[in-house]
Amino acid sequence: MHSDTVNETPEKDEIISFQDYSFTYLGSEFPVLSNINLTIRKGELVIIAGSSGCGKSTLLRSVNGLIPHMYRGETKGSVHVTGVDVSRVQVVNLAKKVGFVFQNPENQIFMFSVERDVAFGLENLGLPREVIRERVDWSLRLLNIEHLAQRAPHELSDGQKQRVALAGVLAMKPEVLILDEPTSLLDPSTAKELIEVVKMLNSELGVTVIIVEHRIDLIVSDATRVICMSKGEVKLDGSARYVLSDQDISLFGVSAPIPARLNLLLRNEGISLGKLPLTISELVEQINVKIK
Amino acid sequence: MIEFSSVEFQHPNGVIALKGIDLTIRSGDVISIVGENGAGKTSLIKHINGLLKPTKGSVSVFGVDTRKESVSALSRNIGIVFQNPSHQLFSESVEDEIRFGMINFGFEEELVAKRLNWALTLFDLERYRTISPMLLSGGEKKRLCFASVLSWDPKVVILDEPTSGQDFLQKENLMNVIKILSSQGKTVIIVTHDIEFIWPLQPRIVVMAGGQIVKDGSAENVLNDEDVLKRARLLKPHLLSLTEGLVVKPREQFSDVYDAKKWLVKTLRG
Repeated sequence: MHSDTVNETPEKDEIISFQDYSFTYLGSEFPVLSNINLTIRKGELVIIAGSSGCGKSTLLRSVNGLIPHMYRGETKGSVHVTGVDVSRVQVVNLAKKVGFVFQNPENQIFMFSVERDVAFGLENLGLPREVIRERVDWSLRLLNIEHLAQRAPHELSDGQKQRVALAGVLAMKPEVLILDEPTSLLDPSTAKELIEVVKMLNSELGVTVIIVEHRIDLIVSDATRVICMSKGEVKLDGSARYVLSDQDISLFGVSAPIPARLNLLLRNEGISLGKLPLTISELVEQINVKIK
Repeated sequence: MIEFSSVEFQHPNGVIALKGIDLTIRSGDVISIVGENGAGKTSLIKHINGLLKPTKGSVSVFGVDTRKESVSALSRNIGIVFQNPSHQLFSESVEDEIRFGMINFGFEEELVAKRLNWALTLFDLERYRTISPMLLSGGEKKRLCFASVLSWDPKVVILDEPTSGQDFLQKENLMNVIKILSSQGKTVIIVTHDIEFIWPLQPRIVVMAGGQIVKDGSAENVLNDEDVLKRARLLKPHLLSLTEGLVVKPREQFSDVYDAKKWLVKTLRG
């Protein structure tokens, strides 16, 4: 009933909104997303968690327009990005607002040099050469890969490739950055380094980040929000401490990081350490205070 | 029973993937091989079932020199689940995929049917029985490879990055399967970056870098070594960082959260 007003004058700071949104892939009997109502505000860092097949990837594809423009199926309700209905705008125009980083950088790196690769999206927008140059340099510098500019992407390590993919997306200056399991092919320290870059983009540039990440522990202390999905529905949505303290989370195929789990296990034994810790150092501090 | 002596492996293009490898793996060991991408982990495990033969030195498996035996004969005892499942799936249906190995190793039809059902159930694949493996998700393909390999009951099971693409519940299931295998006396070799996953198994850990073994020891010993963690690009397991930070230390490392809880309950209640 109020959907029209929401479309035209989005609530302050609202950047993405799902309204009674459902999607069923062509040829499938059941919706993979059902009745999603979700609002994400500018500058948020949102972790989407859930077991495989819960609809996470479909949710992301509905934000950058791959659904309904590339994947066919039946939609109900609507998705708006910066006030614009995703189904009514071309994917290329969405690409300016929404950057997407995939699990496997090979899917999005294909030029002969890193520099050309990062410039690719900008060239497609038909921007002037100086602007492209400037944006490419800015992007490479920000991700600390200026020294790789002339290298061939296929010679790079997995972590470097993922940074190149991120640089290409960032050069478009998107308002929203979506990452679908960006670290799953990376070793732990490389994963941590990439996540640090994502945190920096959020905290220093104010880019809104939506990330599907299994290594929740690497990013949870910076998240403004955790959304837990199961069977195509949003089951839990709130601050990291709120969502991770819900005992049902494991039923949805999500494991809270060890500090949170230990805190809860102790709480069940009648030992309260205080607020839910998101990092090991927080937990250590809580326990040490208690021991003394 | 698996013995690498002074193994070197050089690719036909001249690149040396392994050098000076001396490694003994005993029956029933649970062992984890870690190291950054390109450190030689996959080359190492391919020597165990003879997919690769050493250019120098030798590998012996159950007393047989791998250079003198075929891959298929070695595979009867050595099952490998590779990192990229698409490389090892080729049958038209999920059940044919699982049957393939057993039929090749001459299992009776009745036993094939029995073990097929067991494997489908264990890896939650029954509903996909007749569909093409190519239609499965990445995580499901991986479970199918696992099911196929376990169906023929090899003595040694080698898992290459088994947790990639698996969610929390599937990882728990995988952990249970590994514990069952270990309790049956199988040798389990896990190549992984997922230190949090293997920590509760407290495996022996072999660290590789630049084609060599740079450290070989208990989980605690290896993962407390900052220099090794850096070289292998690993992060210290949470539970190890926990004991490190505590003002009162437990006598032994916590192997999992329940173990930690037990000690903390006792300590905090005084």
